[in-house]
Amino acid sequence: MTVAPKREAYDVVVIGAGPAGLAAAATSAEAGLSTLLLDENIGPGGQVFRAISSTPVTDRNQLGADYWVGADLVQALRTTSAEVIHRATVWSLDRNLEIAVSVGGASAFVKAQRVILATGALERPFPIPGWTLPGVMTAGAAQTMLKSSALVPDGRTVIAGQGPLLWLLAAQILRLGGRIDRILDTTERGNYFAALPHAFAFLTSPYFTKGLAMMREVKAKVQVVSGVTELSAAGEGQLASVSYVAGGKRDTIPADLLLLHQGVVPNVNLAMSAGVEHRWDDLQLCWSPVLDASGNSSVAGIAIAGDGAGIGGANAAVVRGRIAARAAVEALVPAAAAKLPSMTALRTDLARAERGRVFLDTLFRPAPQFRIPSGDTIVCRCEEVTAKDVLDSVAIGATGPNQLKAYRRTGMGPCQGRLCGLTVTELMAQARGKTPQEIGYYRLRAPVKPITLAELAAVPKSEADVKAVVRG
Amino acid sequence: MTRCVDAIVVGGGIHGCSTALHLCLAGLKPVLIEKDYAGRHASGVNAGGVRQLARHIPEIPLSIRSMGIWEKIRDLLDDDCSFESHGQVLVAENEEELSVCRARVAELNALGFTHEELIDATELRRLVPAVAESCPGGVVSRRDGAANPAQTTTAFRRRAGQLGATVREGVAASNIRYSDGLWHVDVGTETFAAPVLVNAAGAWAGKIAAALGEPVPVETVAPMLMITSRVPHFIDPVVILRGRKLSFKQFSNGTVLIGGGHLATPDQDRNETVLDWKSLAISARTVFKLFPVMRSATIVRAWAGIEAKMKDDIPVFGPSSRHKGLYHQFGFSLHGFQLGPGAGAVMAELIVNGGTQTRVGDLGIDRFHPTTL
Repeated sequence: MTVAPKREAYDVVVIGAGPAGLAAAATSAEAGLSTLLLDENIGPGGQVFRAISSTPVTDRNQLGADYWVGADLVQALRTTSAEVIHRATVWSLDRNLEIAVSVGGASAFVKAQRVILATGALERPFPIPGWTLPGVMTAGAAQTMLKSSALVPDGRTVIAGQGPLLWLLAAQILRLGGRIDRILDTTERGNYFAALPHAFAFLTSPYFTKGLAMMREVKAKVQVVSGVTELSAAGEGQLASVSYVAGGKRDTIPADLLLLHQGVVPNVNLAMSAGVEHRWDDLQLCWSPVLDASGNSSVAGIAIAGDGAGIGGANAAVVRGRIAARAAVEALVPAAAAKLPSMTALRTDLARAERGRVFLDTLFRPAPQFRIPSGDTIVCRCEEVTAKDVLDSVAIGATGPNQLKAYRRTGMGPCQGRLCGLTVTELMAQARGKTPQEIGYYRLRAPVKPITLAELAAVPKSEADVKAVVRG
Repeated sequence: MTRCVDAIVVGGGIHGCSTALHLCLAGLKPVLIEKDYAGRHASGVNAGGVRQLARHIPEIPLSIRSMGIWEKIRDLLDDDCSFESHGQVLVAENEEELSVCRARVAELNALGFTHEELIDATELRRLVPAVAESCPGGVVSRRDGAANPAQTTTAFRRRAGQLGATVREGVAASNIRYSDGLWHVDVGTETFAAPVLVNAAGAWAGKIAAALGEPVPVETVAPMLMITSRVPHFIDPVVILRGRKLSFKQFSNGTVLIGGGHLATPDQDRNETVLDWKSLAISARTVFKLFPVMRSATIVRAWAGIEAKMKDDIPVFGPSSRHKGLYHQFGFSLHGFQLGPGAGAVMAELIVNGGTQTRVGDLGIDRFHPTTL
């Protein structure tokens, strides 16, 4: 049962109930601040701890020990007075800290003194020829089905891409009895050398032994092709085969399902639409918000924690959530901060949690040919704009993603650039010989998620309207 | 180093771009200076209405002049600007509103203008089948239509560049001054000088005019718009309401644009606007009531562009009343897009010929300042 927020104003509103949001809301409520946690999913956990309170998967080994950490976070939050609303879609946030949220088909507005955005990550677009065919999906979508419904692929399945999550998903599918025919690893060979200087930190991080064990587990059961330099999907109206080149040799294999994944990037949509300044991160190859050491953004009162602040993983997300919440407590009720862990202790925790990250970011930095498509490969799915279309527009004067709208409708469809934004920025940057920072990104506006006209028409009238009616 | 040109146009909205283009057509070499990029603000993000309907009488001649250019826009720009002419219809929601429409059309006819035509309930239903049954009629301007504003402004900028205009985007014009018979303007490290300066800086134009000793009653506003996902085709003309703030248009791809003039809060220095969803909800309620077909459509984006609104709601257009070689072209007060092509043509005539056949005298800045020259 989902209900609208109980109050019109809160000390702290946290958006997103993944690791960062759960930790932030618990910290804020524990310090006695009125706290509202809004989350789009049916239960807490975000993507990493998806369905933590409801998953039908009961054998703890199948999803791994790291998954079940989420249960403790949920438990910690439940002992506080924080108000938690699931199936709550925040569709607008502005610099006055006014939040519009849709719950059960009805929208409400709430005001906050502090907003902590914990909107997590999105999978990076993987625009290869044929990526829009039915039968091609993201690894994240497959993992959602696995965690919430214990569904695993049973047809001829190929997983392609790179990054820790790809191996985790493969291991989870195999443990649940799913089928994987081949894994195509697109990690660039040169990345191993580039990552080497950062290897010591990684070797001493918690990621190392777990990651190695997982890769071994998968490689024992599935044929893994490494050094894949080209990739495409083909089929008539439905995926039929996957072609790839590795070590200069092309191979084509029949497939019913292709799962693509080349890492995750911060989900910046709500933050950008609120006017938060972002910068291009040249290592993680994505937009990240400009934040101070406590997660405060360029918009007064808005802090960002978790992967939405720059990819750091679940452990770092929890600590960043606590840091952002502690900063909010310090700002609103300084005396109440005394009972929370000190900022120094939290920052030490964060440094530990972030250990090894540079190694992973360097090793799993996706290769240009998998980020920047060419020719007839679709860039913008909503409006069916190809890479060639974008380049043609650049040739006659389009200078950036916003200007491109005057030539092609890229980013103007239902997804508003959520699926094509990074591709468009990098493609235009390459074509114009500029940096992504110089090229910029779509100007994002609310509603960040679509709402129906009927729902907007039904929002409560403003006080001014009501008064006007009373006066007659 | 100072570079001499024939004219300096400040502002890369549709007005500045159109004036630059028409100056090129007259054989001049202008420079166009835009602090962001052409069409970044109101000109690129407005509703795209190409409307003669329901205009203030002093600007009707300019609107009619502009309409003739719109109808041949492809010849001028080598770009169709997605211009479509299915008319614009003003809907009267009751008899009282219809009688106001009747009086308005009679007034225009008496002045010799025939573009607005009174229509009854039957003709209204024929033009706009989806409108609520209770509406008794309205006014139609049949040659009106709509275009894609970003595409249009970009096309004007591109054509001006092709015909010889120097275009500087991304750097603001600064240090505007008059010396030795020429206007000088700094653009980053460059300086341009010309005998003619056109102030077409939109929401930023009032400051320029004031700095040059011609303050005018102008405010910065940000009218809001929202667009829906694609819905089945159900309407051709642009619809505006007589009694409420609403304009409504379905594009050929099925998306529907809802506007009408509810305002966001502009933040001019940040190039930002903060939307007012409670006002947008009023527009949503009006659409919900008048067009039941729209009820399940989803809103995918809302936005607002920053522009200048004059106290008397009509633009400032024509020569300065104080300075030789200075011309103003701003303050279009939420209805400047359609005027862009014609205003550029007329401005070029004023600059090159010292006069024009199109009646624009009522729009001069001297309506605020008695001429002191």
